[in-house]
Amino acid sequence: MQEITLNTAELLAIPALPLLGALAAGLFGWALKEKLSHIVTSGSVILSAILSVHVFIQVMNGASFHGNFWTWMIAGDFVVPVGMLIDPLTTIMMMTVTIVSSCVHIYTIGYMHGDPGYPRFFAYISAFTFSMLVLVMGNNFFTLFFGWEAVGLFSYLLIGFWYQRDTANKAAMKAFIVNRIGDFGFAVGILAVWYYFGSVEYKTVFAMTPDFVAQNVTLGFMGWEVTAITFICLALFVGAMGKSGQVPLHVWLPDSMEGPTPISALIHAATMVTAGVFMVARLSPMFEFSEVALAAVVIVGATTAWMCATIGLVQNDIKRVIAYSTCSQLGYMFVACGVSAYSAGIFHLMTHAYFKALLFLAAGSVIHAVMAEQDIRKMGQLRKYMPITYITMFLAALALSGVPPFAGFFSKDLIIEATMMREFTEFGWVGTFATFALLSGVFMTAFYTFRMFFLTFHNSDRVDAHAKAHLHESPKVITIPLMILAIGAVITGMWGVFVLDIANPQIVEGYFRDAIFVTDAHNPLMILAEHGPHGWYHFVFTAPFWLAIGGIGLAYVMYFRQTAMPAAIARAAGPVYTFLLNKWYWDELYDKIFVAPTRGLGTFLWQKGDLDMIDKGAIHGGIIDSIKSGAARMRNMQTGMVFHYAFAMVVGVFGLLTYLMLSA
Amino acid sequence: MDLHNVLDFPILSLSIFLPLAGALVIWLFVRGDNAVRWAALIVSIASFVVTLPLALSFDTSTSHMQFEEFHPWITTFNINYQLGVDGISMPFILLTSLLTIICIVSAWQCITSRVKEYMIAFLVLETTLIGVFAAMDAVLFYFFWEALLIPMYLIIGIWGGKNRVYATLKFFLYTLAGSVLMLVALLAMYFEAGKTFSMLAFMDYPFDFTWQIWIFIAFFIAFAVKVPMWPVHTWLPDAHTEAPTAGSVILAGILLKMGAYGFLRFSLPMLPDASQYFVPFMVAFSLIAIVYISLVALMQTDMKRLIAYSSIAHMGFVTLGTFMFTQAALEGAVIGMISHGFVAAALFLCVGVMYDRLHTREIGDYGGVVNVMPVFAAVFLFFCMANVALPGASAFVGEIMVLIGTFEANPVYMGMSTKWVAIAATTSVVLSACYTLWMYKRVVMGDLVKDSVKTMKDMTVREFGFFVPLMVLTLWMGLYPLPFLDFLHVSVAHLIEQATTSKLDAAAALVQALPVIDAAHH
Repeated sequence: MQEITLNTAELLAIPALPLLGALAAGLFGWALKEKLSHIVTSGSVILSAILSVHVFIQVMNGASFHGNFWTWMIAGDFVVPVGMLIDPLTTIMMMTVTIVSSCVHIYTIGYMHGDPGYPRFFAYISAFTFSMLVLVMGNNFFTLFFGWEAVGLFSYLLIGFWYQRDTANKAAMKAFIVNRIGDFGFAVGILAVWYYFGSVEYKTVFAMTPDFVAQNVTLGFMGWEVTAITFICLALFVGAMGKSGQVPLHVWLPDSMEGPTPISALIHAATMVTAGVFMVARLSPMFEFSEVALAAVVIVGATTAWMCATIGLVQNDIKRVIAYSTCSQLGYMFVACGVSAYSAGIFHLMTHAYFKALLFLAAGSVIHAVMAEQDIRKMGQLRKYMPITYITMFLAALALSGVPPFAGFFSKDLIIEATMMREFTEFGWVGTFATFALLSGVFMTAFYTFRMFFLTFHNSDRVDAHAKAHLHESPKVITIPLMILAIGAVITGMWGVFVLDIANPQIVEGYFRDAIFVTDAHNPLMILAEHGPHGWYHFVFTAPFWLAIGGIGLAYVMYFRQTAMPAAIARAAGPVYTFLLNKWYWDELYDKIFVAPTRGLGTFLWQKGDLDMIDKGAIHGGIIDSIKSGAARMRNMQTGMVFHYAFAMVVGVFGLLTYLMLSA
Repeated sequence: MDLHNVLDFPILSLSIFLPLAGALVIWLFVRGDNAVRWAALIVSIASFVVTLPLALSFDTSTSHMQFEEFHPWITTFNINYQLGVDGISMPFILLTSLLTIICIVSAWQCITSRVKEYMIAFLVLETTLIGVFAAMDAVLFYFFWEALLIPMYLIIGIWGGKNRVYATLKFFLYTLAGSVLMLVALLAMYFEAGKTFSMLAFMDYPFDFTWQIWIFIAFFIAFAVKVPMWPVHTWLPDAHTEAPTAGSVILAGILLKMGAYGFLRFSLPMLPDASQYFVPFMVAFSLIAIVYISLVALMQTDMKRLIAYSSIAHMGFVTLGTFMFTQAALEGAVIGMISHGFVAAALFLCVGVMYDRLHTREIGDYGGVVNVMPVFAAVFLFFCMANVALPGASAFVGEIMVLIGTFEANPVYMGMSTKWVAIAATTSVVLSACYTLWMYKRVVMGDLVKDSVKTMKDMTVREFGFFVPLMVLTLWMGLYPLPFLDFLHVSVAHLIEQATTSKLDAAAALVQALPVIDAAHH
């Protein structure tokens, strides 16, 4: 294979085009009006997609790029460059992002038609595309963080796009703040990477990692010791959990469905939420050296995959079903990364991007048709009215359920088989747990997908009369993106396995080359190749296939044949059903243990700390008064209120810190 | 090549006294409110232009004071009119002259009583602020430091809100109490260091450890009040809420920086051993500022009060970075201050824009502002996101540098790892998002319900105009901070060298040498 050099101008144009489009629509949307706004933004994103495909082909043929364009900041020996790393992992992300984004742009022309914020919406989604491209194309932790925060910002803006709705505003804020909790971990991870490696560039850090691990550097806090590499990976993974909606930071993702449907497809299904998976794969040369971090990734991923699937079983909002499915599928991808089958994780990321974006856009088409109704109990028999939406959604549902030969089957099957092969030396139970979670998840996925599908398109006709009068297939500008994505949902699985050789256990010889690193000590794909089943027909003998078929079958029976059954089961299951319907009460729990105490603590510090203690106590009353009120506070110390104790803890920690520093 | 070297032109003196001269001219010769406004604007723009050469012909390769001026003043006490700037003080002078223009423009319509006095107060304030940052003689510094209380006092006291008397009194007493101790410390240093008030001489003089400790404490009280640091911060929310918009802008933009500047100019280079000694306290107070104050900010119902608390929290990063003695942390502290000068100033202006329309600062009185003021909502969001320190905004550069510097300071200065301090400070990532976005949601987002909000009109061109330079600077500094950092590199490196070189050996040597010198005298 001969060396092909990538054109730097072309590489820069890929993120620059959507940015320019966004600026044009954002700043001059009032002058461009609807038509020019969508032409300039969609045009630039489509162009960017064409260039991405071009770069993808070049990289597939052996090209790569690594270089810095300018220095962002210097302070002493702390240097942050801005540059790009273009390799197979990058290009598969670039291509997925720009293609899905192009489809969503075109779709939006029809979906958002007539909305007063039309140019603004296009500006946001183009700017989002730019941010996402920065995220994947960067060559260091800071470009990653920059893109990371920027996609978070546009996610915030787009969830709250319909700012009159209070629920949308709340969801936007929740998304931002929960993501920020993840970013806390991410930022700490970056600090540690800089501290231990003296660089923030991937290549430099990765090259140093093996030696660094060999030095066995640890870091301790009050008797708790952890190796530095594990600390770094876990901290960074907290960021990934936030962005990718993993338990316990998943609570924002289902609420983000308050945003317009095109962004649910683009941001909260296909691209942004997969950034965490991308991060772990990108950082595989670091994660590979921490068994603890990998086990944590598997545990979190498997828990999310299973738990969100259970919630998805009973949801009635069409978008929420798909949203929980997204959380759950992201869990699969994380498990893949955690068991060192990164290539399977990224493969699933790609196939998922197409079929999940398709599911959302098709759901949007349905919502559009039934006058903004999202409750699947008020749909039914829609196949008669919207055949294209029906067929494309059917394909997407098959792909999500993992039915061969559709896209999801190949990637999901690979993940599950790899998980079965991976044995953790220290945490033996993790593999078993993950296998169980993923297998039962397959059954539930197939079930809830087809439950939603049957309730929407088959079953009895429950559409109200008002909506029925307007019921019609969506215009071409909406259905064409569905069809494009449907192609992706059908072929990307086969394409990945047979054309790209994405699942090659010898990573270096397969599609990913040196973009992904797996130590020989635990390469599940290798074991799979040696000991696993062979032949294209082997799916017939594997559990995932039959579980998927079983899930679809059960959905068929319950929502196609015995339509009285679901209600009976719900009644019989009683508390379990309510528990699932209320999403395991995560929101209520967080309100109780975080939100309310934080507010209480804030009020307490303000009223008691600032006003009473400092102002009244120290300033006005002087020492005598403060002694008096101090005594009163002592009496009140055992109040039984959480935030009082929390306050005492904060003070205690500061006291302890000061003491430790002074005594050391 | 440098303007001041070729012409030997006293740029610093001109920067200091041009606003004062302008104020004098306005006082004596200008009649009519509108004429006063224009005159003040012209003076402030001229003053800004005059300060530009400080940056443009600044020599980034030296840590020596530049644009120096020296004239004997009160020779009996060896007090001199000595000026000079380095990379740390120079940016603040430009920030001052820039923000003064914005203050004058922002007051165009909302100040209708005593316009002339108002404008004069701001121009005099500009003089004193630039004087503080340019002075290299301790008495001159002290003179400007105290003098600025008068215009600030008047601005809050005359054009302030309902509770202005309480707020001004509190502000005045707090800062005065701090200043008195600073004066005592300066006098003590004068006698100890051989009857000189030269700040450069103070930096060179080897004070022994006990001296350093006591002087540090005195300085600490003076500077901590200004920063302000917990627990002497409670004057700030009151002063901010009662101050007119432009008063808040100067207060947050410049006045708060004087305290941290004091640490950088006095405590660190003059008292290195005491500074090292007090690191744990400074760290603890900074962390409290970041965590405690953020939680308090969360529960505020008054927008100005909320932003005031947010300012204190951000200044926590500055004091943290100041006492880490690493290049990244110290540069981050200065960048953080300048950035805060843009962002907090702009946030107060945003509140001012709304206050001019509804005459209330209560969050609960708003809601759905975006429906009637879309352009304003975008501008407000821009600065809210900058306040949250989103990458791309200037605040991020300052905060991440402080965190990096704090994290890496680790093994050198303390047995207890500052890694955990950096991690604790990183919680600001979450807390700042909570209080800022919650405020934004309640004020700007939502449906249009309140009748009063329905009457609000979007920003005028004049109002939009004064946000533009702040937006440009915030983005510039966030996306391409190198030009700003270039000013700092050498000066900060020099400062770190001063702050980490113990004076104790030299002090001990001096003590031993003294009898010999005394003997020689006799």
